[in-house]
Amino acid sequence: MTSSVQDRVIAIIAEQALLEVEDVKLDGTLEDVGIDSMGLVESIFAIEEAFDIQVPFNANDPSESDFDISSVSAIVNAVETLVAAQKS
Amino acid sequence: MNRVVITGQGTINALGTNVADTLDAFANARCGISNLEFRDVDRLQIKIGGQVKDYDPEAQFNRQQIALFDRFTQFTQIAANEAVAQSGLVFSGDLSANSGVILGTAGGGVRTWDENYRTVYEEGKNRVHPFVVPKLMNNAAASHVSMAHNLKGPSFTVATACASSNHAMGQAFQFIRAGMAKVMLTGGSESMLCFGGVKAWEGLRVMSKDACRPFSANRNGMVQGEGAGVFVFEEYEHAKARGAEILAEVIGFSMTSDASDIVMPSKQGAARAIAGAMTDAKINPEDVGYINAHGTGTAANDKTECAAVADALGHHADKVMISSTKSMHGHLIGGTGAVELLACIMALRDGVVAPTIGYQEPDPECALDVVPNEARKADVSVTLSNAFAFGGLNAVIALRKAP
Repeated sequence: MTSSVQDRVIAIIAEQALLEVEDVKLDGTLEDVGIDSMGLVESIFAIEEAFDIQVPFNANDPSESDFDISSVSAIVNAVETLVAAQKS
Repeated sequence: MNRVVITGQGTINALGTNVADTLDAFANARCGISNLEFRDVDRLQIKIGGQVKDYDPEAQFNRQQIALFDRFTQFTQIAANEAVAQSGLVFSGDLSANSGVILGTAGGGVRTWDENYRTVYEEGKNRVHPFVVPKLMNNAAASHVSMAHNLKGPSFTVATACASSNHAMGQAFQFIRAGMAKVMLTGGSESMLCFGGVKAWEGLRVMSKDACRPFSANRNGMVQGEGAGVFVFEEYEHAKARGAEILAEVIGFSMTSDASDIVMPSKQGAARAIAGAMTDAKINPEDVGYINAHGTGTAANDKTECAAVADALGHHADKVMISSTKSMHGHLIGGTGAVELLACIMALRDGVVAPTIGYQEPDPECALDVVPNEARKADVSVTLSNAFAFGGLNAVIALRKAP
């Protein structure tokens, strides 16, 4: 487990968006890379599997979930927080 | 074309073990959603549902029947028995040959799959009960109803996810209309409230952890239910000749396919189904007094459905009453349209419109009269019942007061 949370999250998003990792920008949104609501649910599942964490996310109201998905860097931060909180 | 009427109705669901208890819950805005009770529920994130509680299969069925009847079949039998008893029909001779059963279910014997996968995968056993296949198959309920009531005419099962019951009832209606049957038992059932069934739904991230609040701005998802609804559809002249009590007339049906997305609903597909049912019934939007909504309580369905109703009914959409009884019994998936048809018949017969409970905040995208929180007295002569399934398959059925 040498790669950083950021690299692994970007890899997951890139795979879902069918892009190269270089094409996923930290300040970009999921919309920018063409990930729709189903792609989002799949990405969150992939993140949960990769980090063995539980992501609080309800597709009915993504903006009010505790998990910030407003940009790629926001997702990275949210995953880092969850990994730290759920490590114990 | 023959006219088609309803001469019997039966149900079991989270609100009650028969029609009277269910209608009483509708009229009194009672919620049947509670904490789920089954093995491994602690491993779920979603722990609520419209579960049938205090239910003892052994009080209803003998040991041999229980070996063959999955819970969805048991529910169907209970509902069918109530409906047939009310109709007063006894099926023999020509009537038996000209009567059938068409039922909807999305998952069939989900609990049987779940229990037996557990046996072979988790417990590592290499042997399962000999009747696993006839117990879990989707047509098991329809076949057992045909055997119980001697129905020898056209019989099959429809699986179109959340629209299964409406598609089934639409087919039953067409069979009698076209002269292919005199009497059809129809409706549907579902029983997915087991660990595997709820876990699969959890994955979609569209379930609410606390309540089903259709059309409310703070809605946060659907809540699953279980149970069955079964009706006796009968050719009008046949019912009249024997002096049967007629509960309502089935006057129209329409089905459409969105042909666009496997989960996201389409306004156009839903609106075409609503308009199609009115055209088939030869009625105008102004005739419709009440719509039982699909109203799942998800962000996507409720706003799309309201837009579709506004499209199909035009200015009359501001006057029509539309409620989602899923707020009380939960989403019965393949059985939901059948239980919801009870609310349509109640509006026509009793002049009582079932409410949308759990309604807390108006949503500008759902700005219709959703009959919030309390049942309402009203004289209703025509009702529609909407069902819009995953896969984009829509089915709408129209009823009128008994002739």
